[in-house]
Amino acid sequence: MKSLNLSRLAFALYLLIFFTYLMGPLLVMSLTAFNSPSFPSASPWECFTFEWFSVLWHDNHIREGIYYSVIIGIGTVVLSVSMGLAASIVLTQIWPRFRSAFYTMIIAPILIPGVVIGISTLVFWDRVGRLLGAGEGSALNGFFHNGLFLTILGQSSFIASYAMLVFVARLQRFDPGLTEAALDLGATHTQAFRKILLPFMRPAIASASVLAFLASFENYNTTTFTIVDYKTLTTVLAQKVRLGIDPSISALAFSIITLTVLAALAVEAFRRHSANRLAARLRGGAAGRLLSGFFRGNVPAVLLVLLSMAVIVTAGVAQRYDPTQCKVAVQAAKKAEIQRRIKALQESRKARESAAPATPAPKAPNANSGAFGNVFAPNNLPGAPGASQTAPAQESPSQKPGNGAFGNVFAPGNLSGASDAPDAAPDSPPARPDNGSGFGNVFDPNNLSGVSGGN
Amino acid sequence: MGSGVAVNLENVWIKFGDFVAVRDANVSINGGDFFSFLGPSGCGKTTILRAVSGFLSPSQGRVLIGGKDMAGIGPNRRPTALIFQNLALFPLMKVWENITFSMEVKGASAAERRKRADELLDMIALGGQGDKLPSELSGGQKQRVAIARALCASPDVLLLDEPLSALDLKLRQHMRTELRAIQQRVGITFIYITHDQGEALTMSDNVAVMKAGVIDQIGTGRDVYDLPSTAFVASFVGENNMFRGKILRIDGDSAQVDVAGIGPLVGRISPAASAQLDAGDEAMIFIRPEALAPGEGEAGRTLNATVVNEEFEGNAFTVYLDAGGNAEIRMSLANTGQHRIAERGSRMALHFPAGKAVVVPVGELASE
Ligand SMILES: Nc1ncnc2c1ncn2[C@@H]1O[C@H](COP(=O)(O)OP(=O)(O)OP(=O)(O)O)[C@@H](O)[C@H]1O
Ligand SMILES: [Mg+2]
Repeated sequence: MKSLNLSRLAFALYLLIFFTYLMGPLLVMSLTAFNSPSFPSASPWECFTFEWFSVLWHDNHIREGIYYSVIIGIGTVVLSVSMGLAASIVLTQIWPRFRSAFYTMIIAPILIPGVVIGISTLVFWDRVGRLLGAGEGSALNGFFHNGLFLTILGQSSFIASYAMLVFVARLQRFDPGLTEAALDLGATHTQAFRKILLPFMRPAIASASVLAFLASFENYNTTTFTIVDYKTLTTVLAQKVRLGIDPSISALAFSIITLTVLAALAVEAFRRHSANRLAARLRGGAAGRLLSGFFRGNVPAVLLVLLSMAVIVTAGVAQRYDPTQCKVAVQAAKKAEIQRRIKALQESRKARESAAPATPAPKAPNANSGAFGNVFAPNNLPGAPGASQTAPAQESPSQKPGNGAFGNVFAPGNLSGASDAPDAAPDSPPARPDNGSGFGNVFDPNNLSGVSGGN
Repeated sequence: MGSGVAVNLENVWIKFGDFVAVRDANVSINGGDFFSFLGPSGCGKTTILRAVSGFLSPSQGRVLIGGKDMAGIGPNRRPTALIFQNLALFPLMKVWENITFSMEVKGASAAERRKRADELLDMIALGGQGDKLPSELSGGQKQRVAIARALCASPDVLLLDEPLSALDLKLRQHMRTELRAIQQRVGITFIYITHDQGEALTMSDNVAVMKAGVIDQIGTGRDVYDLPSTAFVASFVGENNMFRGKILRIDGDSAQVDVAGIGPLVGRISPAASAQLDAGDEAMIFIRPEALAPGEGEAGRTLNATVVNEEFEGNAFTVYLDAGGNAEIRMSLANTGQHRIAERGSRMALHFPAGKAVVVPVGELASE
């Protein structure tokens, strides 16, 4: 009994870890879409905001990328579904004898790296263009170097194979006797295809289309070569990552996740609905005609409606919601914190200056080196030789000590973060006079300990 | 009959690669006939039917429907309708759409089709069930829908490929009479395929018996049963007792065969068989169990055997006898109220009427 509970617990734990692994990144990503810092982060939580959605909405690169991704996706769906359907019919119905050879040939593009497909598409259509006599600058040449054209072809060359696999699986359950029956009853081959095979393939066509669209939408390897001067969502995102990202990418991810969930719920709701209706029909009732019938015994439909309403309400709220106040508060808090640190540092410096007045060297540089000495090794406060060694390098511009001080503020554990200094520079002028005039608090023990603690 | 459209096969060969599925078939089917192809599984019945309906073309020879050579005419332009071995109802269409598919492809309006479907549904006693899907029907109902669908195309020739084989015995017997009745009502030519000889004999005007791609005999059910022309036909159609021996002499349509351990027996011989046989040749003589009766008969129509066993079968007894060395003999006697024909192990004489034994050349027997 006990061991059973234990193994159950272990199993639950395993599931938890597994789903955390699966969903965790998505969850964190979604959170960062609503946090105000301009680098995607979930903690520290600053302000709840919708601004990244608006940034996303107004980001023309992403909008264009999505636009072209959708166009390419549609083109790829049309091309690869028809190619895949034709190939699967040839494979299963027309030439069953050459099946294995044909199969290998068609499946090959899946095994070839996308990069290779991208490059070879580019090269191949360039050659074809040349063969057809498309000169530099001619309309035909432009066509063969058109990014949309090339990307649709390049992606379809392997997405068609995915589609074919879907179709073959379905076709294997098709009774070719049905086509024969149709022919026998006077149908032409076209009619037999349209009225018998195509309706049978409809579910497979739907799933192959979704598959093809998603595969096209998320493709990068091939697209990056074939897209030429256009852009797709993936290429835009790749570019953004190179140049630095903001949470509008998280907002995009969140939108995509939401849409996916909605679509999945919708599909499931309609599937459940038709199953319910069939069951009702078998029972002999005429139920399912009313709208209320749609929701009866249909959990996904209810969820779908609830979620859609939630999305609409959220969008409405987002129009009015204004996090400015929170942001101002956070900004103020940050400023206060910075001020506090600066002050602490300055005080610690003063403390050292007055603690070592006997040093023969000029006052200011010495004070500087003292500050640094303190920063690097606060426990080694009177270590004069070491301090004077670092002094020459740091002393020449008189602001340098300020640098050191700020470095300490921004990265208390790590002085080498000197690059943070320019950011903080505007804050330094008010600090400077303070530095020069007030020796007042030098002996305040609290200040001194504050700096060494910060170290 | 004679009102329907005739179907003729002239020297038809059908090959799949090196394999000969049909060898030199010559069949002439009268218009309006119920014609059956009877043969064991794999003998090429479906193949012949597919050649008639146009799904494959003969490697040699001609298929004529209504006197017209069908070479180069596809299945959708032949005046035939095929009822498939597995029915092949369209699973995604409702029953009424299934039935009127042939009208749909010709562009008939939905109202027109619906009306015709209702007529046909009434004919097959499925009125009001037109809106079901085929998967919602029973086996026998599907069967009838398939028949209605084929009839809706108004074919001149209806081809049926073992349509009853999937049904249980009761339903099969019921459908037999129903099919025959439909055929007589619509008056078109039916070509029916079966490996069930009872089915072939009860329904058909004429039967062709096939064995491994060869048509052994064509004739009425009675011809095939009473005067089989080969050992295969004799053993495949109905029960039979077979004896092997040497031909002593052939005299017109009768032949005398000397059977080892039994003595000379006289049987009928068909002209075809007598053309192949001469005195001194090995031959087979077949006698039906129900032709045998206890008691002495004329010379050449009597044999002696030992009783081995007796089985009661309700309407008849089957008596198993041993004629020494040879295979066992079966005798079927009508149940007339008497019991115990003979003691087990006792020796008795059997006789059979003139013309009830048949002499054929030695050949392969049906292995069933
Ligand atoms: N397409 C084909 N390719 C090769 N051989 C075939 C083909 N179709 C049928 N055959 C062979 O031809 C022979 C006859 O087949 P057919 O289907 O006509 O048999 P059948 O008499 O209808 O049998 P059953 O009663 O089992 O339906 C079989 O040996 C079969 O293996
Ligand atoms: Mg068959």
